[in-house]
Amino acid sequence: MAVTLTEQAAKHVANYITKRGKGIGLRLGVRTSGCSGMAYKLEFADELAEDDQIFECHGVKVLVDPKSLPYLDGTELDYAREGLNEGFKFNNPNVKDQCGCGESFKV
Amino acid sequence: MALLQIAEPGQSELPHEHKLAVGIDLGTTNSLVATVRSGMAVVLNDEDGRALLPSVVRYTPEGEVVVGIEAQAEQARDPKNTIVSVKRFMGRGLEDIGHVESAPYDFQVAPGMVRLKTRAGVKSPVEVSADILKVLRTRAEAALGGELVGAVITVPAYFDDAQRQATKDAARLAGLNVLRLLNEPTAAAIAYGLDNGSEGIYAVYDLGGGTFDISILRLSKGVFEVMSTGGDSALGGDDFDQRILCWISETAKLAPLAAMDARLLLTKAREAKEYLTGHNEAPITAKLTSGELVNLKLSAEVFNDITQTLVAKTLQPCKKALRDAGLRPTDVKGVVMVGGATRIPAIQKAVGEFFRQEPLTNLDPDKVVAIGAATQANLLAGNRNPGDDWLLLDVIPLSLGLETMGGLTEKVIPRNSTIPVARAQEFTTFKDGQTAMAIHVVQGERELVSDCRSLARFELRGIPPMVAGAPRIRVTFQVDADGLLSVTAREQTSGVEASVAVKPSYGLTDDEITGMLQSSLEHAKDDAFRRALQEARVEADRLLEATEAALKEDPHLLDAGERARVDVALEKLRTVIQGEDRHAINHGMDLLALETNEFAARRMDQSIKRALAGKRVDDVKIGEEE
Repeated sequence: MAVTLTEQAAKHVANYITKRGKGIGLRLGVRTSGCSGMAYKLEFADELAEDDQIFECHGVKVLVDPKSLPYLDGTELDYAREGLNEGFKFNNPNVKDQCGCGESFKV
Repeated sequence: MALLQIAEPGQSELPHEHKLAVGIDLGTTNSLVATVRSGMAVVLNDEDGRALLPSVVRYTPEGEVVVGIEAQAEQARDPKNTIVSVKRFMGRGLEDIGHVESAPYDFQVAPGMVRLKTRAGVKSPVEVSADILKVLRTRAEAALGGELVGAVITVPAYFDDAQRQATKDAARLAGLNVLRLLNEPTAAAIAYGLDNGSEGIYAVYDLGGGTFDISILRLSKGVFEVMSTGGDSALGGDDFDQRILCWISETAKLAPLAAMDARLLLTKAREAKEYLTGHNEAPITAKLTSGELVNLKLSAEVFNDITQTLVAKTLQPCKKALRDAGLRPTDVKGVVMVGGATRIPAIQKAVGEFFRQEPLTNLDPDKVVAIGAATQANLLAGNRNPGDDWLLLDVIPLSLGLETMGGLTEKVIPRNSTIPVARAQEFTTFKDGQTAMAIHVVQGERELVSDCRSLARFELRGIPPMVAGAPRIRVTFQVDADGLLSVTAREQTSGVEASVAVKPSYGLTDDEITGMLQSSLEHAKDDAFRRALQEARVEADRLLEATEAALKEDPHLLDAGERARVDVALEKLRTVIQGEDRHAINHGMDLLALETNEFAARRMDQSIKRALAGKRVDDVKIGEEE
């Protein structure tokens, strides 16, 4: 099981962490909420939880809790631009269906 | 699929519930919008990658509104319908604006603020500013992928109430929810994180395209207080370009320039100026319409030489601002540089020498105000990190005051005071032997308490009995950083104290505030009249009371005829007090004073006789000499 970052995404995460001045890496997760059942969690990580899975990608540590991992397995986090908007994008092979905006999804 | 930003630990937002907030630098020459993305403040660019939006609005013959570079390009061709530097007109009447004749617009006089006649109709500066803000709002919503919850908009520190209100109105007109207006120098200081740093005095040196501002700020307990401001509204980076243009003309011995050539050379001059930041020599090459070729090299030395007077001109206001604040250059703990022109090395050097320290220049001086505003907006929208100990900067939207005799308002804290704030004022008793005082706390701009909003009432009891006017009751108003007001009343000689806590900022909605401000303007004249009337009534009451007390004490000093005349005067005054005629009341008081003159003199004699009874003349004299 694994979760990866694209090089673009890793570059941005590293940059944000430097500017923020603290943090050991990036935490990805899922939680039940939103119109289609599940939503992503994308946060800075300041501490490591005991049962966290750690993936290292282009020099950035990605932390995922074991409950979220099955829903995220195989996910690639990308950094994308769409017009003026830019941000992180989850390419998650587990998603069967998602709401119009893609902020919440079903597996 | 949506594009996500990284949140603080535990702060991931629910889907569709992003609190998108922006900071807007609504400048005289250029405007910018910024936001906080994944914890980092960034300026948002337009489709062409440009951050700066020239603050120029053009109303086209096709009925379109064009803002920015495209509008700027048409400025010379369509001056009446292309509004530049509209910020100078915000909240200003025609009489407040200098050099009206040099501006190419059809001004119209209107109550409060000038209007500009354009082909799209008569426009108020608020509407023109709203057109600029709309473009920034659209840009921000496209860049953030959603609707904004609000914006922080910056204003110069010296903006008065009318100018601030006009800015707020423009934002509302543009469909923006104003989280707060923030002073530009304060925003710059926030961008540098000075608000998290140590307390002290900071200077913000802001040399924009066409204006120069210097502000002296004091940071104490996380809040910036503007101590003094200064500047020159007709000095900016553009003047440096102009000097280079003159130098080109002289050096290349050019004939008087055609308009197109002048524009071309001005662009070349600006490029040369920018090139000299980081280089010792700038090439200037241009082909004029006549076919003449300009090929020059401008050295940093020559550039410094020809612009030396401009640099010196900015230091005068700095000196004055420091003097106004009662400070010396060495009292300043940090100097923040704002505005593109502060990239010029000679300016950084001169400012450094003046304040005897290296100025702060590591942030982009064009973006620093917008970045500070975005940081503040992000916090105000509720995107706070746990553990962030931020004191928010805020102002009181309406004056806070007390009811005094006759139902009049006495303002203790004027509106737009920054919080936290504490102000005290002394009051006294109205009647002899008065032992209690009712304190009525009100909010509003009107002169009469009945027109303001009542916030709280409490009583101060246990004042030692004294003659009217003798007790000294100190009433202190204190508003903390959360906008909570507490009022304390304390009699100074005895130390009796009473207090109450109220919550003013949540009491009024914005609409109510707008309504109240409007009515205060509409009723200003009316209010002044009613205040004068009320003051006359209070004075008359006091006179009646004193006369009645004296008559009770010394009825024997008047004969029946005199007494009858005094009674008539008393009755007359009692009647006119009920009426609305201030002059009749004053007249009644004069009459009563006249009729009681003799009576007062006799009472005086009587009390002197009593005091001197049983004393010899010599004793009295000695007493006087002592």
